Amino acid sequence: MLEKNPVVFIILAFVVIMVGTTITMIAPFKWINGAGDRIAEVKPYTPLQQEGRDIYMREGCNNCHSQTVRTLASDVERYGYGGSYSKSGEFVYDRPHLWGSRRTGPDLAHIGLKYPDPKGAWHKKHMENPQSVVPASNMPSYAFLNTPLNTTYSERKMKLLDFPYTQADLDDLKGKTEMDAIIAYLRKLGTDIPVKKAEAATQAPAALKNPFTDLKAVEKDAESLYMQNCASCHGDKREGNLGPALKGSAKSEADLFKTVFQGIEANGMPAFGGTLDEQKIWKLVTLIKLGAK
Amino acid sequence: MNVKTQYYDDSVKGFITWSIIWGTVAVLVGILISLQLSWPQLNVAPYLTYGRLRPIHTNAGIFGWGIGSFIGLFFYITQRLTKTPLWSPGLARVTLWLFNIGIASAAVTLAMGINRTKEYAELEWPLAVVVAIIWVLFSVNVFMTILKRKEEQMYISLWYIMAALVGVTVLYVVNNLGVPLHLFKSYPIFAGTNDANVQWWYGHNAVAMVLTAPPLALFYYFLPKVTGNPIYSHRMGIIAFWSLIFMYLWTGAHHLLWTPIPDWIQTLAMAFSIMLIAPSWGAVMNGYLTMNGQWEQMKSNYLVKFLICGITFYGLQTLQGPMQAIRTFSAFIHYTDWVPGHVHMGTLGWVSMVIFAAMYYAVTKIFETEIYSVKLANIHFWLILIGQLIYSITMWIAGVQQGSMLLATNPDGTLHYSFMETMIAIFPYYKIRAISGFIYLGGLVAFIFNIYKTFQKGAASQAAKA
Ligand code: HEM
Ligand code: HEM
Repeated sequence: MLEKNPVVFIILAFVVIMVGTTITMIAPFKWINGAGDRIAEVKPYTPLQQEGRDIYMREGCNNCHSQTVRTLASDVERYGYGGSYSKSGEFVYDRPHLWGSRRTGPDLAHIGLKYPDPKGAWHKKHMENPQSVVPASNMPSYAFLNTPLNTTYSERKMKLLDFPYTQADLDDLKGKTEMDAIIAYLRKLGTDIPVKKAEAATQAPAALKNPFTDLKAVEKDAESLYMQNCASCHGDKREGNLGPALKGSAKSEADLFKTVFQGIEANGMPAFGGTLDEQKIWKLVTLIKLGAK
Repeated sequence: MNVKTQYYDDSVKGFITWSIIWGTVAVLVGILISLQLSWPQLNVAPYLTYGRLRPIHTNAGIFGWGIGSFIGLFFYITQRLTKTPLWSPGLARVTLWLFNIGIASAAVTLAMGINRTKEYAELEWPLAVVVAIIWVLFSVNVFMTILKRKEEQMYISLWYIMAALVGVTVLYVVNNLGVPLHLFKSYPIFAGTNDANVQWWYGHNAVAMVLTAPPLALFYYFLPKVTGNPIYSHRMGIIAFWSLIFMYLWTGAHHLLWTPIPDWIQTLAMAFSIMLIAPSWGAVMNGYLTMNGQWEQMKSNYLVKFLICGITFYGLQTLQGPMQAIRTFSAFIHYTDWVPGHVHMGTLGWVSMVIFAAMYYAVTKIFETEIYSVKLANIHFWLILIGQLIYSITMWIAGVQQGSMLLATNPDGTLHYSFMETMIAIFPYYKIRAISGFIYLGGLVAFIFNIYKTFQKGAASQAAKA
């Protein structure tokens, strides 16, 4: 009968594909993004951030960058930037989601924690010319984003997405460029949920004594830490770039420790007190003081 | 002779021609983006940057080359299997026009950055509507032909075709639900984790309903035609069919392992992915067993080579896929180049090999002629085989290498390699991959020349007869 009646066949095929669909795709609407997923601190995007997000979509950044820190230790360590793994509640305002499927570049879910600089100097330099801060990068240059932002639809977007906004938010868009918008978006990512960094960074430990005296013993660890955390501003060889040169720094070990631990917010130097433990920071200090000049 | 002349094949020829053109675009853009990954200077801002080109590549590949050839070849197969002329040649002509307008507009709008970002559903809503219309017009035409058929039994190929008609419609419509902001921008109605879940329910079943069911329909039709052997087991085909379309829909979350998607959905996806090996290999074995006693045709018949290599890659693909769906393995290779290695064994090995065989065969039948050059077809075969193998193998190596570097830690628990160090290690593979693209392109050129010459020859002999 089935092999002879196409109408019955089509209906049956539809029913068969709807079983798995109902259970794994439709039913979950009941739970996902529900009360259990909500995180009070997570805020919707401001008009400027949403414009930035739309530019991120327009340029297809999601083709190279994912936006989910998986629940794996290595993911949290590499892309958490002091935060934890990604939770469902962090994405409730994302239409569409931008999780991506490839990491041709690094994950950006928490990138806002990595470069807290309010001026976004690193991002600007990097977007205009990625190779100027990361020499081997294969990311294209986005200098063309230095163009006035089109704000025709900004308010309508807020309404459509049902995000709260004020007149001040809209006024804030005046004179902004596309570059400003995308940087505002990047700086927001991952910053809603408070991380331990914020509290930890204020207070450096009292006894500022470097436990390491021999570079050899720590060099391997220190080099990895340096490449991971510092090189993109201070240069692969500590020759300086966006941040000052660190080769042969004149600062004392205690001062270096404090700078790394607490950061210098006004200059855009992040505080690593929350992401790196004291031992690791001392390793970096040792590398800076005793490493090749 | 008279029986044949009643079939309507102009649109078959049209779709074959145009899908080859879009397929060539896909390969050329594929080569360009693979070069851009080694030499970022090749990005031409803003229209030809990697982020905008990659969706052009995937859409030209899946929609232009894949769906375009399926529409054409399904018009061909359905008429023969039902012994009935196409229900509406006029509708088929309109479908071809819309198809070309749709794909061309897709390329232009994607280059302009008009992009919903959801993989394989990037097109903004006006174009998504056009795609849906194309699909419905095509589906109605095929379905009406089946309804009016003169052959009572419906052969397995027709089952796969009908499943694809329903499946693609449901998937495409749901994943495109959105609210328009203006003509060139819309926001999906789903948010965050929900949107991700819907997307990969769609994404994986695009693999099922576009890259699996349709080539299987071709395979089941053309293998017996080409070899002269009937398919080994009709019953095995039926069981494999129903279990395949039942199981596929549970597996989307294997793209989202370790993410905030609820664990039970991930676990179901993992389990069903592994179960999928059975129906997938049902088809593979059916193919192999059909060759019983006829294996020498692998040497003597160039079409058999394409079909059997194609089904072999399908078999490998459906072993590798379930492996990738296991949490621990996914942790290692997800997000790395391993996945493009998998994807291109599927698209270049399985899907394209079967399409090539089907096109060679259909074109010679339509024109009642012989292929222009079997030798050239063999060159075509070897070049695309070598190109694809180099592509996939280098990407698997790159994926494993980068995956292990990303996990390496120092004694104190810190990560050993920075992200850039892992990238620098795999750059050489990107260059090899680009070379493999050129080899593949060489094969494609041989194919196009051969088909073009066969068209010419066929047209001339038909003119002589008339
Ligand atoms: C030999 C010619 C080709 C070359 C050189 C090529 C190259 C590429 C490159 C460089 C990528 C991006 C990989 C990444 O994200 O790292 C890609 C992705 C992709 N290509 Fe191709 N491609 C070719 C042919 C094709 C064809 C003919 C199809 C379709 C029938 C296709 C389908 C895809 C798909 C679906 C993806 C996305 C994979 C994913 O999301 O992981 N490609 N290709
Ligand atoms: C039993 C069958 C299969 C299973 C269980 C399976 C499983 C998977 C999994 C788990 C991924 C995601 C890998 C990752 O991102 O970590 C994937 C990606 C993919 N597979 Fe398969 N696969 C199967 C067969 C196929 C076949 C026959 C094709 C035909 C071309 C195919 C094409 C693709 C494509 C295009 C993607 C890339 C999607 C994307 O990330 O954009 N797969 N597959």
